[in-house]
Amino acid sequence: MKLNVNGQLHEIVSDPRTPLLYVLRDDLKLNAAKFGCGLGQCGACTVLIDGEAVFSCITPAALIADKKITTLEGLGTLAQPSPIQRAFIEEQAAQCGYCIPGMMMRAQALLQKKPQANDDEIRAALEPNLCRCGTQMRILRAVGRARALMATAQAGDRT
Amino acid sequence: MSVTRIARSVGIICVVLALALAVGLGAFLIAARQPAIDPITPPPANSFAPDLLKRGAQLAALGNCDVCHTAVGGRPFAGGRALPTPFGAIYATNITPDVDTGIGNWSEAAFKRAMRHGVRRDGAYLYPAFPYDHFTRVSDDDAKAIYAYLMTREPVRAVAPANELPFPLNVRSLMFGWDLLFLRPGPFRPDKNHDATWNRGAYLVEGLGHCGACHTPRNFLGAEKSDQDLSGGESEGWTAYALNAGSPAPVQWNADTLAHYLAFGFDASHGVARGPMAEVADDLHALPEPDIRAIAAYLADRAGHARPAVSEIERQRAVQMQRGKTGAANSADSQASIGAADATHDDGAAIYLSACAGCHEGPRAVPFGGIDLALSSGVAGPNATNLFNVVLHGLPAADATHAPVMPGFGAAMNDAQLVALARYLRARFTDKEPWPDVEQSLREARSATRAATTRSAPSDRLMPPSTKPGAGNEAQR
Amino acid sequence: MSGGPVIVSRRAVLAGSGALLFSFSSLGPLRAQRADELQVGSASASMQFRGSLEKAPFLDSWIRVEANGAITVFTGKAELGQGIKTALLQIAAEKLDTSLDQLVIVTADTARTPDEGYTAGSHSVQDSGTAIMHAATQVRQLLIEQAATRSGVPADQLRTENATVVAPDGRRFAYRDLVADQMLHVEAAPESSLYPNQFKIMQHSVPRVDIPAKVTGGEAYVQDLRPTGMVHGRVVRPPSYGAKLVSVDTATVETMPGVIKVVRDGSFLGVIATGEFQAIEAMRALAAAARWEETAQLPNSAALPDFLMAQPSQDITVLDARQQGSETKTLSATYTRPYIAHGSIGPSCALALHDGDALTIWTHSQGVYPLRNAIAEMLGMAKAQVRCIHAEGAGCYGQNGADDAAADAALLARAVPGQPVRLQWMREQEHATEPYGPAMVVKVNAGLDGSGRIIDWDYAVWSNTHAMRPGPAGTLIAARSVATAFPQPAPRPIPMPEGGGDRNSIPLYKFPNARVIYHFLPNMPVRVSALRALGAHVNIFAIESFMDELADAAGADPVQFRLQHLDDPRARDVITSAAQRFGWSDRSRSGTRGCGFAFARYKNLAAYCAIACEVEVERQSGRARMLRAVAAVDAGQVVNPDGVVNQIEGAILQSMSWTLFENVAFDERRITSIDWATYPILRFSGVPDAVEVHIVQRSGQPFLGCGEAGQGPAAAAIGNAIAAAIGQRLRDLPLSRERIKAVIGL
Repeated sequence: MKLNVNGQLHEIVSDPRTPLLYVLRDDLKLNAAKFGCGLGQCGACTVLIDGEAVFSCITPAALIADKKITTLEGLGTLAQPSPIQRAFIEEQAAQCGYCIPGMMMRAQALLQKKPQANDDEIRAALEPNLCRCGTQMRILRAVGRARALMATAQAGDRT
Repeated sequence: MSVTRIARSVGIICVVLALALAVGLGAFLIAARQPAIDPITPPPANSFAPDLLKRGAQLAALGNCDVCHTAVGGRPFAGGRALPTPFGAIYATNITPDVDTGIGNWSEAAFKRAMRHGVRRDGAYLYPAFPYDHFTRVSDDDAKAIYAYLMTREPVRAVAPANELPFPLNVRSLMFGWDLLFLRPGPFRPDKNHDATWNRGAYLVEGLGHCGACHTPRNFLGAEKSDQDLSGGESEGWTAYALNAGSPAPVQWNADTLAHYLAFGFDASHGVARGPMAEVADDLHALPEPDIRAIAAYLADRAGHARPAVSEIERQRAVQMQRGKTGAANSADSQASIGAADATHDDGAAIYLSACAGCHEGPRAVPFGGIDLALSSGVAGPNATNLFNVVLHGLPAADATHAPVMPGFGAAMNDAQLVALARYLRARFTDKEPWPDVEQSLREARSATRAATTRSAPSDRLMPPSTKPGAGNEAQR
Repeated sequence: MSGGPVIVSRRAVLAGSGALLFSFSSLGPLRAQRADELQVGSASASMQFRGSLEKAPFLDSWIRVEANGAITVFTGKAELGQGIKTALLQIAAEKLDTSLDQLVIVTADTARTPDEGYTAGSHSVQDSGTAIMHAATQVRQLLIEQAATRSGVPADQLRTENATVVAPDGRRFAYRDLVADQMLHVEAAPESSLYPNQFKIMQHSVPRVDIPAKVTGGEAYVQDLRPTGMVHGRVVRPPSYGAKLVSVDTATVETMPGVIKVVRDGSFLGVIATGEFQAIEAMRALAAAARWEETAQLPNSAALPDFLMAQPSQDITVLDARQQGSETKTLSATYTRPYIAHGSIGPSCALALHDGDALTIWTHSQGVYPLRNAIAEMLGMAKAQVRCIHAEGAGCYGQNGADDAAADAALLARAVPGQPVRLQWMREQEHATEPYGPAMVVKVNAGLDGSGRIIDWDYAVWSNTHAMRPGPAGTLIAARSVATAFPQPAPRPIPMPEGGGDRNSIPLYKFPNARVIYHFLPNMPVRVSALRALGAHVNIFAIESFMDELADAAGADPVQFRLQHLDDPRARDVITSAAQRFGWSDRSRSGTRGCGFAFARYKNLAAYCAIACEVEVERQSGRARMLRAVAAVDAGQVVNPDGVVNQIEGAILQSMSWTLFENVAFDERRITSIDWATYPILRFSGVPDAVEVHIVQRSGQPFLGCGEAGQGPAAAAIGNAIAAAIGQRLRDLPLSRERIKAVIGL
């Protein structure tokens, strides 16, 4: 089975029924998507599939063989962070940080589709994702900041 | 006089008459309305007896006033919710006791007239999106109680958006004609051939419950087909299953299972209430138990016509729903270990086994575990609409309440996969004919925004009694 | 440059608690004249103000400078997401006079770091930070002296910058060139010549060193470790406490794809497989095949307070101070809370490798040393053979499943020597098996005199222990499950001034008569241990709700009423700061909105925190939502201001979730809150519009732990705001929709 992850095709030997989360973490050694519940209730495993936010913990790999999977690692790196990663660092939007990659991917999906999403829409979009440490205020600020950074980047692109 | 001159005169007279007739008819239509009832100053909240208010709250819950008359994220009863109809969107109005924008200046008589005849205080006709064709059956006493309840809600200043109806449907007085054809005004009359419980149930269902508003098919003028009462209908993109002998439920509903479902939002042999029914089930929890039992008894009777006795298959299925609950859901996790698909050439089977069976064949009981799909009306029903709604959007977590949660697969699965899955489920879990229009159902399900109504009934009633004031363990009702 | 010696400037004894509080100032000459106060008496005085130096007095236990330039800071505390790696680095950098990126920090490792017990009770900066501060100061001093010897320049003419000693003539001596064998292997001197904090790094909101990896997919958690040859493990837990595994047919499971071994020892049941999903599938098959004999009997969750008060108790008088007085008005109230779950977002995980005689475990346990001891005891190994290394997990907020997961991993690793086993708990296991924050009951009576002051206070609290940590092997589920099972040790109360169920049971207010009794309940039908803030959540909720009730009876403003009964100036400062910034005197009191206020000093020893909030109650549903909150916190010398703000913000939201929604559900035998559907917590729809945190700056004061300072005041502020909104008082947590609706009626 071949999977397209962050723009690269990978040959996966795991059972096709394996949830995508384990393929990402165990086969591809990607750390960002996390196991939080395995039930689609907490969002720590959120990744993008063809630009849509998806719970990777309940998505069998076989379902998405011909789709584009994007994880946090695909958005940027420490050396070259994407706007959403920059925003979360600048806002110091994390306590334990375990839920944060899922939050970022959920926000990324929203802002890719709706760059002008307002604060209420951001809140509503993040509803499927849980944060137990109580970092929600910072997460909201960080997503707002990412929205601004993306807008500037877009404007920059156009000049 | 010459012939031409006579002819011309006759012609002129005819034209004038026709014009007059047209103008008159037009004027009549445009102006047709009932007399206005004088506005009043809103009665103070303490002018209503507490018992009356309590009764009114229960009746308003049964009538789901709050569901239609509250916008998503809006203030209770302040209107603004769009009700999709084949003719265009109609917006529910503000029924808080606000004087300027609500019903604060409506007298009790005006309210009763609205319920009984579908007429506004100012005499204009209401659209039957407001189901006055059902509410007309409500007794005067009950209407009084509902009036008291509504007049003691928090007043909110809010104006609903204008209805999106094309001409001439936006001319309210046309409803005069609709009412002539389809409204049978007047309170409910008991049927002497049935007992008090049945009649109570009938009164509640046919009146405030307005079950037929969703569960009965409608004609091209949007009226319920009275000869197909409770034969199944639709609501906001969901199929409302037949409640009569045409019920597609694999296990026949009876009075007990219906009562449990209505009271708690789920039944072990049928699954959880979701879509618009989730909101109905939420509201019904407020009803006293005798009323729930009466509704269940009446509907069970309607469902029971010409159905055979519970068959062996149904009995086994009912046992299935216990589903080896000895192995507790928390000793490992709450999903089943499913062996590799042997039907590897059947995509639907593979999808089911990898994405669904973990929960739907797992050790966790309904409502928090997935229903055994052999018991599901979504799979046995007349179309794949509800199945797709749930598979696409799941059942999102309810805020701060115990409620079943199911992830949606709309982003993970493409159309081919969803169609294959639906076909497989239909074939595997029912012995019914394949659905003829699966692709169309999916297209429609994907195109509408269903998220707002895909939630399940919050099962607060399943919360431990220690968080419920006073009561004992209500889960054992 | 060097300032005066460390001075003890104040000693405060709190009524009945015997707590000692020291503050020290390094402001130089101004304090020098008070040197006589240094001789406070016993050696214990000087020990206490040096933090964990007492447990590990050698300087190189804390700071190592290598000849290759590496400078390593060691701490026995663990990063839990509270930012202490960064804060401790800041302290070290400030006192060593290096930049942050010249340092590396090693946390909690039984082979490498001091034993600082548990990372708990908000002690990290207080204890470890203080030790590091002194150690770094003295290391720097030794380096300067070495440079003095080498250069011939007197020490007091040398200065430092960026890990270099600089002479007046410009000669530079890098630390790494100054360090010689064993130079730092000396015991810390009893006094440090603390030079004034220049706050080049401390007291700055330095970005956290751990966040970049966490937002770019770096290896950051124990869950991310992947040593070569790693295999995956899962356990099967019983469906209820203490259930015995009667039978399980493992034959089929052993032949499942990828399965390496099924491990059964008594009632301990686990499986090891090559792939993670394979391990999960095997676990599910094992669970389906297992037959258990269940004997647990859980209390009636509808009548928990009555159950608790009827249990046998050890009655501990926490405070008894009485004079005479005449009361004109008395009030009494009972407050309760059910069991609350930690609910860590990432279920517990551990990696274990049994290699020859040595066992290494990577764990997110809060206490690697006690855990090591417990696991060594469980396996019959010598302590020296077992090494526990802390690796971050998701936020634990006290004792979650981390220790048990480590023990599970150890048992599985023993079955496959030489292969690292990654053991991951499932969500349902974490929810059902973790030790909860105990259910508690508080009964309080108080009397007001004619002028509306409280003159009598009688307070009783019922609770299980809040501490069942390792310790003894019998605290571990695995150890109680194996065939030669270890007995669960008897629970013991944590003595005051820290306390467990009685934490914060003594109000900071001044009452002429006051009695506080702690009814310690040894019987624990539901598994319990430490949840963040311990008894402080309930005690502060009760005390601060009752203060409002008394203020109301006295016809006084809630803020003024509190100030009336407090003389601690730092307490008064946070109260007035929060009230003023909130706009307390102009607060809204409309039909559905109410404002509430609360204050506490965590443990009466740590940080001070006052919170004002505004809550809206939706009349139709009874749903309460916080609109905004304003907090003021005094944490003494602040190392990382943003870190403090982050902790208090988080505490407010976390406590709001506990206070409004949470309640572990169970039937007569089993826990039924086993996932987020059956234990719902705060989601974004309930998040307030604004939360502000203001720090009252106290440079030079001792560090005061703030990680748990917000939970209690937040709970009470919310309760008081709801009472203001609906005109009625709710005293039983959670303050759920149903309860509020029942009280406000139609």
